[in-house]
Amino acid sequence: MRLRALALFCGSAVTTFADPARPFLSPTNIFAPVSTPAQSIFELSRFVLTITAAIFVVVLTLLVYAVVKFRKTRANEWREPAQVYGSTQLELAWTVIPILIVVVLFLAAARVIASIQNAARPSNALEVTVIGHQFWWEYRYPSLKVVTANELHIPVSDPGHPTPTFLTLLSADTDHSFWVPRLAGKTDLIPNHPNSMWMDPHETGLYLGQCAQYCGTQHAMMLLRVYVDSREDFDRWIQEQSQPAHIGDTASEGQRIFEQTACVNCHTIRGTPANGTFGPDLTHLMSRQTIAAGAARNLPGNLIAWIYNPAFSKPGCKMPSMGLSTQQAAEVAAYLETLR
Amino acid sequence: MSTPAITMPEADIRWTRPTRGPVGMYCLIAAEAAIFTIFVVAYIFYIGKSLTGPQPQDVLRVPIFFTICLLSSSLTINLAVKSLSSGKMRSFALWWFLTIVLGAVFLAGTAREWSHLIYDEGLTIQTNLFGTTYYSLVGLHAFHVTIGLLALATVSLFTLFGQVRPAHAERAEVLSMYWHFVDVVWVVVFIVVYIVGR
Amino acid sequence: MSTESIAWPRPTVAPSPLVERLHEWVTTVDHKRLGILYILYALLFLLLGGVEATILRIQLIRPLNNFVSPQVFNRMFTMHGTTMIFFVVMPVMFGFANYLIPLMIGARDMAFPRLNAFSFWMTAFGGLLLYFSFVGGDGLYGAGNAPDVGWFAYAPLTSKTFSRGHSTDFWILSLLVSGFGSIGTAINIIATVLCMRCRGMTLRKMPLLAWLNLTMAGLVVLAVSPLTAAQVMLLVDRYLGGHFFDTQAGGSAVMWMHFFWVFGHPEVYVLVIPAFAFASEIIPVFSRKAIFGYPVMVAATMCIGFIGMSVWAHHMFTVGMSSAANTFFVLSTMATAVPTGIKIFNWLATMWGGQIHFKTPMLFCTAFLFQFLIAGLTGIMLGNAPFNWQLGNSYFVIAHFHYVIVGGILFTLFGAFYYWFPKMSGKMYNETLGKLHFWLFFIGFHLTFDFMHVPGILGMPRRIYTYEPGRGWDIWNFIVTIGVFFQAAGILVFMANLLWSYLRGELAGSDPWDAWTLEWSTSSPPPAYNFADIPEVKSRRPLWDLKHPEDPDWQYE
Repeated sequence: MRLRALALFCGSAVTTFADPARPFLSPTNIFAPVSTPAQSIFELSRFVLTITAAIFVVVLTLLVYAVVKFRKTRANEWREPAQVYGSTQLELAWTVIPILIVVVLFLAAARVIASIQNAARPSNALEVTVIGHQFWWEYRYPSLKVVTANELHIPVSDPGHPTPTFLTLLSADTDHSFWVPRLAGKTDLIPNHPNSMWMDPHETGLYLGQCAQYCGTQHAMMLLRVYVDSREDFDRWIQEQSQPAHIGDTASEGQRIFEQTACVNCHTIRGTPANGTFGPDLTHLMSRQTIAAGAARNLPGNLIAWIYNPAFSKPGCKMPSMGLSTQQAAEVAAYLETLR
Repeated sequence: MSTPAITMPEADIRWTRPTRGPVGMYCLIAAEAAIFTIFVVAYIFYIGKSLTGPQPQDVLRVPIFFTICLLSSSLTINLAVKSLSSGKMRSFALWWFLTIVLGAVFLAGTAREWSHLIYDEGLTIQTNLFGTTYYSLVGLHAFHVTIGLLALATVSLFTLFGQVRPAHAERAEVLSMYWHFVDVVWVVVFIVVYIVGR
Repeated sequence: MSTESIAWPRPTVAPSPLVERLHEWVTTVDHKRLGILYILYALLFLLLGGVEATILRIQLIRPLNNFVSPQVFNRMFTMHGTTMIFFVVMPVMFGFANYLIPLMIGARDMAFPRLNAFSFWMTAFGGLLLYFSFVGGDGLYGAGNAPDVGWFAYAPLTSKTFSRGHSTDFWILSLLVSGFGSIGTAINIIATVLCMRCRGMTLRKMPLLAWLNLTMAGLVVLAVSPLTAAQVMLLVDRYLGGHFFDTQAGGSAVMWMHFFWVFGHPEVYVLVIPAFAFASEIIPVFSRKAIFGYPVMVAATMCIGFIGMSVWAHHMFTVGMSSAANTFFVLSTMATAVPTGIKIFNWLATMWGGQIHFKTPMLFCTAFLFQFLIAGLTGIMLGNAPFNWQLGNSYFVIAHFHYVIVGGILFTLFGAFYYWFPKMSGKMYNETLGKLHFWLFFIGFHLTFDFMHVPGILGMPRRIYTYEPGRGWDIWNFIVTIGVFFQAAGILVFMANLLWSYLRGELAGSDPWDAWTLEWSTSSPPPAYNFADIPEVKSRRPLWDLKHPEDPDWQYE
């Protein structure tokens, strides 16, 4: 009975970290799951933590007791204590009991590994291909013909009738890792080694994360923003993203500069001649809340500064400064601001 | 340090320990075996994975003669060491020298094979995964053969000057252990590259 | 604690010129001198690695800090890891092994003294080559010079495409060179332990330090070679146009990871097993009891070494291996917990019923037990693959392995310094300063590494030069950085103590701790030939037998 209470206490101590509605201490708290993989891991972790906490308490008590009870005193300083060389029963006990604990922990882990890695892919699952770049994220929805960057939108999943999202993870250059703690454990993006992961968040909202495998200078600023939308919002978003760019008939000065400098070599704006793929797709740049893979908010001032000199905001990123004047940068920014 | 007055009932146990030379050489062999294992694993993993370029079955010719040379050199070095420990210095010098000759013939064979692969078949270390793993693995082995030959040649040099005596038999044996290792590695490389990989 | 009963008059000899003395040290093949050279070398690099860590922590003390640029930060964490592992812990362990093993087994020197010297100078050169990178070479985007690819140098970041300068080459070459030194020392240790034991010292009567260093050396021989092989492959890729890790040509980035961790995991056992050796020598002496369960301690260590060669992919749980592979590596990783736990229990049982003298070495070893327990438990958490999918590559991992390396290894290392300093220098260290060092370092260690677990749980990944506010990481990073300064203070007290005691300390005598292994039977410091007569032993504690002729160990073993 006491053991159950203890387990519940340990479990709830961890749970206070983990109120899904208001994640305690952090928006990226691994103990605040909103999706099945993260939830399975959370439940397993509670089990593991309870066992390790128990082991810790037992061994620490013995250690503290030994340190206190058996310290040298004035009285016994000149005698050597009884020399004990070993004890077969004790050795056996503290071999067998750890083996049992190890077996239990192993079985618990094996079950969760299977449930996450070997989960069946239902026919209504949304498929998204994630391609990691230095230092941004490319998202392709192959069946919906949408290509976007840096901000991922997926539909919320009703636990009763799940509509999970399956991600295929690829890389265009070095190793990366997709880690949004509240949605799932991390999985790496490795060139020539496609990986797969899934998530089925049951709460709408914005979930944060970032690249978790060192990929070069700006690894720290390869942030993840996953928007879990209601079904209607998601469908609307898909609708908007699959349109070509909404620009007028006459090209603005900014558009002219964009298309005549090397911007078009790297960026795509569908509906215009720009069809480069080295950098993010900008067709609906203004539908995003951040730029530079989360490094800055998508505000006019930041956009101008970014275009003028990317290395100032994100030194070591792959976008070069195009040698534009501040005036030209402002024109280009004004053009990009029409890309809703 | 005084010895205690009471002695153990089982007095006068023979006190034996292994000798340093062979132990050191076994450890070196273990380390080298670990290096070769990694190159062999890479070779095996990449079998059939080259995207372009010549494939093993198209260009490799099985070097039976040169393999026999190398494996026989294990025999000759064994005879050399036996001769040395029995004091037959001429015999030792001849068998030892023959070992070097056989090893050198093997190296020449490798050189010929590589020349054929590079100039006639267009396979270099840069060509594809097969090229990279093949030249690395066979090259690593050839490098170890070369080092071995240099060591063996040094001993031959000392023999010519009459500096080698039967008391050196254990050292010669330690060196021969290295040579046997090089031959065993060749057996593995031969099987992986010319049999399994083709 | 016994002291010299007769004071022999020391003959006065004019000290030889400095140049001659330096020349003696540079050309020495004496295991004691080489041991001291290794140890001093490691202490220098400890300071350098510590400076690098301090720079990292100052940059991370608050979000969006700009104390250093991202390029410098990336170089700092690469150099910090590489330095601490290859040029601090490995050399210092080799140093202690070199110094102590011949003395403890009753030999006059190591099996191959010249190989010993060669190995030291190879290691030393490797370190100098690594640090030369600060003044030569380029790095990522031509913006730096020292290696900036992480100490594990994952492909394809290290290919010529993504690492155009020479930073990766410095990393490869310095480790290649020092790797030969490591293998040389390991061969030496194995040959010494197997071939040079004094009469009566069968393997079953050897001090645990000799057994554990034998295991460590076996691991070095088997594990450093894969790293050497992988580095040669990387050089082939970078300079000969090879495709070992070239994903564009069908090569595999994951293969680098496998090869690296086949080295990398046994490597951490190479680091920790000598630390176990120190604890196994110090804890019994200061508890005044023989080690509990000697045969099981040996068996458990062999098990750890053996199983430890089969767990490497627990560093790769997030890489996308099959569920079968992940499950296997969970099992093997969990299995290592069993022998490791046995050792903790045996140390505890050694203290139990003893009479514990809390001198500085014992303070450090007791803290080691506490901290290694925690480290082992967080290791169990990380070995659980699904839990690892969240915690892996986060600050939780950094907290875990620093708990092992600093809280476990460095603490026993400090214990070993204080324990054997009297033997090596002939002088006693200052006990008050020793305790001050302990408490400063203990407080600093816990401030830094206890609280470091929290950002990991809250989603903070590794190797990031800065972080956004609003993630809930700020306060924890702040506390972590504060702890660094306590640790630095502790280290300064430590160095001052060593220096001052060496110059002005009291004479220690041959056996200041009333200990039981052979090194305490000769003078402090020992003469060049170690022992006037090679001893003959009958038990695991030859000096206990001498001091307690009515109750010798060999009647009970």
